[in-house]
Amino acid sequence: MIVGSRKPIPELKRVLARHKKVLFAGCGTCVTVCLAGGEREVGITAYALRMARKLDGNPLEIEQVTIERQCENEFIQDVAAAVERNEAILSFACGAGVQALAERFPQKPVYAALNTQFLGILEEQAVWTEKCLGCGDCVLSDFGGVCPVTRCAKRMLNGPCGGSTEERCEVADPERPCAWQLIYKRLEAIGQLDNLERVYPAKDWRPSWHAGARKIVREEHRV
Amino acid sequence: MSDNHATPPPAPTDDDYKIIAFCCNFCAYAAADLAGARRMQYPANVRVVHLPCTGKLEMDAVLAAFERGIDGVLVAGCLEGGCHYLEGNLRAKRRLEAIRNLLDEIGLGRDRLLMVNLSAAMAPTFVERVQEMVATVKRLGPNPLRVTANARGVAVPAARRPEACTAKGATST
Ligand code: SF4
Ligand code: SF4
Repeated sequence: MIVGSRKPIPELKRVLARHKKVLFAGCGTCVTVCLAGGEREVGITAYALRMARKLDGNPLEIEQVTIERQCENEFIQDVAAAVERNEAILSFACGAGVQALAERFPQKPVYAALNTQFLGILEEQAVWTEKCLGCGDCVLSDFGGVCPVTRCAKRMLNGPCGGSTEERCEVADPERPCAWQLIYKRLEAIGQLDNLERVYPAKDWRPSWHAGARKIVREEHRV
Repeated sequence: MSDNHATPPPAPTDDDYKIIAFCCNFCAYAAADLAGARRMQYPANVRVVHLPCTGKLEMDAVLAAFERGIDGVLVAGCLEGGCHYLEGNLRAKRRLEAIRNLLDEIGLGRDRLLMVNLSAAMAPTFVERVQEMVATVKRLGPNPLRVTANARGVAVPAARRPEACTAKGATST
């Protein structure tokens, strides 16, 4: 799932400063599940911005709508009339959803309400962790299903770095487990420690985003 | 007619302040009830809203109160560890902390929202907390979003009234 968090109210206030009537558009998929951009968060943010603007003596009129999936044209279609009625859109979708709206409505300003952060999973109620960078050349099969590219702070493919303490990574977050500790334990549990005997070649980053935005075309499914 | 603008609007009286106390059924509401039964005096500014549990309080209900000009909100639940639903009050506490942060971001200031914990027998504490909340909002001044009528019966947001110009946080960004 794509995980994000709402931007601070002062930042959103600055972004919307020039508008008087704005459509707040939530997305019913990933960002609803990560409690950042669903119907509920749209409502709370609308209260906050309406009040903040009223305090400035410059009231903001807000219309709220949450669509199933903002990254698909088929669903975006449903809000065309609402978009028409408003000066601008504040999108609560991930970066993909925001851009989908901007492409679909070339004459309307579209702004991002969230900081889109990562591809991750729900660890427990209201705790998410990053699991994948979308590197385009997945190595999970060799590392027991633990991604060193994402979860090792140094992106090491021949780890560990030697800096871990008590199974924790030495970089930044003292709570974060060392990915290489996890890889070792997992390979041990599934009887594949021999995977670690070979020196892993340097990662080929060409399938990643380093050459710009990627595109996938599946000829067999085109119509 | 033309000199209406020159007439300063009346300063808010004590009775103008409005506070909502969201009270859970099992403790705080019972404490408020007991305070009434014992004929204890507390400020008339408070309106009690009866909740099954503070854990039931939606964040946007609190925001709606502030948007409509309520000066302060008190959320009163059971003592920690004493929630009838085990942890409703602890969940409410975390949510209210998030709303307090949001109130800061909005510019209204976190002090207008407070959570208190009481048992059903603590009527005097309920009264004290209400008195403290009234004192707090008086110190902060009226909610600048409150709309009152001027001499001509025209709605004037408190933010535009002279005595509200010093209201804290109204201009923070
Ligand atoms: S190796 Fe690449 S694609 Fe596979 S999980 Fe890690 S970042 Fe994602
Ligand atoms: S401590 Fe572990 S996770 Fe952290 S950088 Fe070193 S090998 Fe990677």
